Amino acid sequence: MSLPAVAARAATGDGNRPSLLSTEQVSKTFGGLVAVNDVTFSIPQHSIVSIIGPNGAGKTTFFNMLTGLYKPSVGRIVFDGKDISRTRPDRITALGIARTFQNIRLFATMSAVENVMVGQHARMRSGLIGSILRPPRVRREERDVRARAHETLGYVGLETRLHDELAVNLSYGDQRRVEIARALASEPRLLLLDEPTAGMNPQESDRLTDFMRRLRDERELTILLIEHDMKVVMGVSERITVLDHGEKIAEGDPADVRANPLVVEAYLGKQS
Amino acid sequence: MTNVTAILGRNKNLVLAVLCLGGAALLPLFFDPLSNVTDNFITAGAYVVMALGLNIVVGFAGLLDLGYVAFYALGAYTVGWFASDHFSPVNGGHGIHVLAGKFASTLPGIHLNFLLILVVAVFIVGIAGMLIGLPTLRLRGDYIAIVTLAFGEIVYRFAVNGDEVTFAEGYKLSNGRQAISPIDSIDLPGLPPFDSALDLRPYFWFVLALVALVLLVNFRLRDSRLGRAWIAIREDEVAAASMGVPLVKTKLLAYATGAAFGGMAGAFLGSYQSSVQADQFKFGFSIFLLAMIILGGLGSIWGVVFGALLLSFINTYFIPDVFNSVPRQLGLDFDLTVLNFGIFGFLILIVMVLRPQGLFPERRRALELTEGVGAGDATFEVRAP
Repeated sequence: MSLPAVAARAATGDGNRPSLLSTEQVSKTFGGLVAVNDVTFSIPQHSIVSIIGPNGAGKTTFFNMLTGLYKPSVGRIVFDGKDISRTRPDRITALGIARTFQNIRLFATMSAVENVMVGQHARMRSGLIGSILRPPRVRREERDVRARAHETLGYVGLETRLHDELAVNLSYGDQRRVEIARALASEPRLLLLDEPTAGMNPQESDRLTDFMRRLRDERELTILLIEHDMKVVMGVSERITVLDHGEKIAEGDPADVRANPLVVEAYLGKQS
Repeated sequence: MTNVTAILGRNKNLVLAVLCLGGAALLPLFFDPLSNVTDNFITAGAYVVMALGLNIVVGFAGLLDLGYVAFYALGAYTVGWFASDHFSPVNGGHGIHVLAGKFASTLPGIHLNFLLILVVAVFIVGIAGMLIGLPTLRLRGDYIAIVTLAFGEIVYRFAVNGDEVTFAEGYKLSNGRQAISPIDSIDLPGLPPFDSALDLRPYFWFVLALVALVLLVNFRLRDSRLGRAWIAIREDEVAAASMGVPLVKTKLLAYATGAAFGGMAGAFLGSYQSSVQADQFKFGFSIFLLAMIILGGLGSIWGVVFGALLLSFINTYFIPDVFNSVPRQLGLDFDLTVLNFGIFGFLILIVMVLRPQGLFPERRRALELTEGVGAGDATFEVRAP
């Protein structure tokens, strides 16, 4: 069977749209601990899909496998027809997957603009010799990358006066913005957001929800979200996958998932 | 007028570099052609080149390197092998000569023009830099330092015992504690050959040109795609890899570029001193260089230049010439020069306590060292399996 056929078969939930990313029976074990167990899953193009689950359910481990930080112990991950199960993180970024982190991981002593410029690393070409000699091609690239970084920071809503501020000096909300801008800078097709609304008040969460829809519609992005805030998850997701103890226990649209007794049990415990 | 200040502001470092290098170029004209001052400045210049090379590895990319002396040694042996009669039996005793000077062309052994030597040294040492980089790729922090320390020691041991390592009759790896000497003097096309017995000034101007080159490379790399990637890796490897920075390639480029300047300086010093001898390449020299960049300020280019000049002059002037009589005045009978590394250690101790970010700190490093900002610590399988 050819790869696209496998991917198409894996695209459950939305039969019409081809899936951009799919996993086939992916597991990850650390010694004796099974963090993710046999998860088959797919993301249709131009959709917003969420993964939810209690703490320790394996959500972030799953994310780390998609971005190459962990290699799956078993199973395959296919992105846009290519097997990326054992691909290096930087190559995966170059292929078009970008992410943010649960605990913000900006380069603290670089300015907001420099952070976003690092995000464009995979889209730049100048190497060692070019950087030293600085021919017109390199100067132009450097200028364009800087201009695009400012533009991206504007797009995520960071005030212009803060663009040259060191990341460590920015407020929490602004750091979240810069992290999203840094991910967008790599020109991804799939954006992975790991608890983006953590620490935000309801108004800020609402704004971020709108922003995710804008990203999908204006930038033609596909978004995969890990989120604890159920208001955000239920409001924005087309499909939700629920993990518990590393296993997929439910999948479907928000209404289905909300009504699923297994999900209620995972979150609230068994009725006695 | 505002225009001028704007241009000055934007090219502050360029203006400063032109003023410093231009001023320095005039300096030896005020001294005797064979003056000690010029001699000390030439050594200091070579140390500046090495310190700025080490700054790329340690200051920019954050990879602590305790074996940098190995690159100095390899550069020096490059000039020892390819610009002396060390391999005298080669070509039936007639020697091999490539664009060598008039006198060197009559000698047995391999004799390349010094500019070719520089190219060969950069090549050999750049590869050595990557070789030392490879085993450290899976390591972090202190463990990298241990591997590089071992590498420096391995090269030193080979240098010391190289007179026992023979490839064929008359072909030895090194002369061990006996020097490889004499070494061809620098002979540039269009200029009279350098002669350290008559005039030191050409050597001074040559090393000044090397300093200008390494300054240019430092400044340009710092503000480039590669420079940003180095800072990103230093701050958080996992985030850097996730943003598309290839860790292996980026780190190896730091090692290779940094090492290349150690090789250049080594080749230059070998030719200038007309001798390459194993005991120049002891572990202490790596620490000496590291002390320069810590004193000046990790990652701060002008700080490192200052630190290198200061420690170099303490070593070649203040300890032997100015303060050497102090122990005798105190009624003690020893030579202060035997304590030089003790004195450097003491200086570093003072700097670490009073001003851990160095004398002229770089803005980012100051934040990292004084406020504990940066540095990720989670472990991920970020390398190819």
